[in-house]
Amino acid sequence: MDKMGKVLIVDDFSTMRKVIRNLLKQLGYENIVEAEDGVVALDALKKEKIDFVISDWNMPNMTGLELLKRVRADGALSKTPFLMVTAESLKENIVEAVKEGVDNYIVKPFTADVLGEKISQIEKKYS
Amino acid sequence: MEVQYINPFLEGTLHVVKTMAFIDARPGKPYIKKDNVAKGDITGIIGIVGSIRGSFALSFSEGSILRIVSNMLGEEIAELNGDIEDAVGELTNMVSGAARQRLEAIGISLTAALPTVVRGKDHSIVHVLGGPSIVIPFETDSGTFVADVCMRKDGG
Repeated sequence: MDKMGKVLIVDDFSTMRKVIRNLLKQLGYENIVEAEDGVVALDALKKEKIDFVISDWNMPNMTGLELLKRVRADGALSKTPFLMVTAESLKENIVEAVKEGVDNYIVKPFTADVLGEKISQIEKKYS
Repeated sequence: MEVQYINPFLEGTLHVVKTMAFIDARPGKPYIKKDNVAKGDITGIIGIVGSIRGSFALSFSEGSILRIVSNMLGEEIAELNGDIEDAVGELTNMVSGAARQRLEAIGISLTAALPTVVRGKDHSIVHVLGGPSIVIPFETDSGTFVADVCMRKDGG
């Protein structure tokens, strides 16, 4: 992803969205939009061109996993790079997310360096 | 409550506060708490279920949480507002996750609910199991906070 590309942060906690936004800015990303759950995120994805999704797992209304499934099932969105953020690293959760097509996952809390590395790994996959 | 359930919460708290807020909190000696009165001005609590069950709370003094959240967000926050409540919920969620990762490594697999946040002087912490709980106190240069753990095996 070009650093001019648009990143969508999905998290029900506004402070976490702000923390991730700050980390992305440290990494050089400026074009950032936010959604508070999967429902709002899906709406945003259908209305505007999003180049990269960073989504929390555990959210009310629509979880990150459900959002991932909807994105992968939608022809126009199915190739959108998707990084899952989770507060835990339960093996069965990770296996399920990989099965549904997640590109990578990151366990909270994390630093800008770790986030940058995960994004780079996904960028290589899509380049 | 077994001591093996406590250390993961202690380590998880130190890890989350250090990574998110760049603060080295200093843990004190854990003690047993039998009442429901919170030790801090604002508390996040989260239910946990699995091969053991119960709940975990993080209760912050105003000074400690203002510094932690100001560091997290990179902006000064001077009062307990919505941003602070939101951050306390997320910190509780993250410490719960970090502790559950450590418990999973010793064969205890757990899942957590969404956290809730309560604030106000002398508010209550009502654990899922009622109590008693084990409290781990922490000091920072800006004030104190506690991790309050009440986890047991069914029938334990």
